[in-house]
Amino acid sequence: MQYLLLIYTDPAKAPAMGSPESNAQMPKWNSFTEALRESGAFLAGDALHPVSAATTVRKDGVVTDGPFAETKEALGGYYAIDVPDLDAAIAWAAKMPSLDYGSVEIRPVFDFAAAAAAVPQGAAAE
Amino acid sequence: MTADARAALERTFRDEWARVLAGLARHVGVGVAEEATADAFAQAADAWPRDGVPRNPAAWLAVAARRRAIDRLRRERSQVARADALAALPVPAAEEPGSMPDDRLELLFTCCHPALSEEAQVALTLRAVGGLETAQVARAFLVTEPAMAQRLVRAKHKIEAAGIPFRMPDGDELPGRLHTVLHVLYLVFNEGYEATAGDALGRPDLAAEAIRLSRLLAVLMPDEPEALGLLALMLLTDARAPGRTDADGAFVGLAEQDRTRWDRALAGEGNHVLRRAIGLRNAGPFQLQAMIASLHVLAPSFERTDWNQIAELYGLLAQAQPSPVIEINRAAALTLAGACGRARQLIDPLLADPRLRSYVPLHATDAELHRLAGDAGAAREAYDRAIAASANAVQRSELARRRAAI
Repeated sequence: MQYLLLIYTDPAKAPAMGSPESNAQMPKWNSFTEALRESGAFLAGDALHPVSAATTVRKDGVVTDGPFAETKEALGGYYAIDVPDLDAAIAWAAKMPSLDYGSVEIRPVFDFAAAAAAVPQGAAAE
Repeated sequence: MTADARAALERTFRDEWARVLAGLARHVGVGVAEEATADAFAQAADAWPRDGVPRNPAAWLAVAARRRAIDRLRRERSQVARADALAALPVPAAEEPGSMPDDRLELLFTCCHPALSEEAQVALTLRAVGGLETAQVARAFLVTEPAMAQRLVRAKHKIEAAGIPFRMPDGDELPGRLHTVLHVLYLVFNEGYEATAGDALGRPDLAAEAIRLSRLLAVLMPDEPEALGLLALMLLTDARAPGRTDADGAFVGLAEQDRTRWDRALAGEGNHVLRRAIGLRNAGPFQLQAMIASLHVLAPSFERTDWNQIAELYGLLAQAQPSPVIEINRAAALTLAGACGRARQLIDPLLADPRLRSYVPLHATDAELHRLAGDAGAAREAYDRAIAASANAVQRSELARRRAAI
């Protein structure tokens, strides 16, 4: 199954990108990503610019600065992985170096092919 | 014949529902397995009175449930491969009664997966493992049947969509996951023992169901001290249930209970299970609580209860899981043991805690300590605070009686 691991961090606690603390963390992220690749679970992964660089779009072309809602934790990056089940995804999420100042939300990726195939048999013929 | 068939069906339902469902869930997931197992029992209710009870009812049901699962899966194009895989598996041997695999532990742990909400864990455990009808689960938790059905559908959908696996957690995962399972069973028992809402004091069916599930867990995990500890706690608590209400159904406090009404057989079994747990030499919160319950059961009277030992056990419990409620119980036990100075030391910081301002037992213990110290004025004031905080009429009148007796 494919999962998106959404990395949420509290900007007040997380070290700023490029700061010495953040740089000191890079080896941990690198070895995490390396382990993910070696296991064959890695699909994609990126870090995001902070919320101060975010833009939100709403209906009717309304564009605003910042995130869509005020929350303490902001999305800071993600991994897309392919693992057998939720327990495996939880095990990877539990190894994230960012857990000291945030959380990881695990979302299964919607499988459109399976959903299309879920139409009852014979429905196409009717 | 029909009566025989009905009795056989009821017996098989009680004994084999979870095993049939679990065996199927391993292959098709909890959702489809639950629906197919219900189908199979409905089919048995139809067929057995007509054709006679099969030689191995459990195997008959396993085969029927599998057929119904295959039918259900084939209706969806995306599930056809799964249906074919299931159809290709060897049929459970109907001839040897002991030959059916036992996947009930995996089922219990899946229903209690931490990715499900506590509400969903409880509902799913009662439905899938306990075999309760949706309407029964709804009644037990005082929600409407459609609301409970919705809760169960959502839980089953989450298992499927999120990819919650049907497996036993191992290694480092097991202690935490076992804790969740024990907590769910404890919640069910508590809801049965001390209904959080409703008119009656408790809902015995739910307590009995929790005990039945805990017995099953104790059989499946015979070397888990906390699983045995939980079962012992339930048995030793339930043993005292007949004394908790008087002839009119009104609540009777521990001090006033007629101890001859306690269920000695249940208490004996509870103590036996507790000894087995302690013998495994790995104490935990449920065992400590069971030890406290055991001391109550063994005491000849309220006054001649070993309050020192109970206070000691509450102290250990507070170390294992710090909580102001446990500290208050410990202070109350110390008060009854005559150690008023130590009780006062525990109580004073708690009285300053704003979260406990309306916690009745805290003020009742505070009042009793003042009374024993000879400060009638402070005792009455503390009882006033306890009475003002109480939402229960029976409790209020009891507190008022004690206040008047100062």
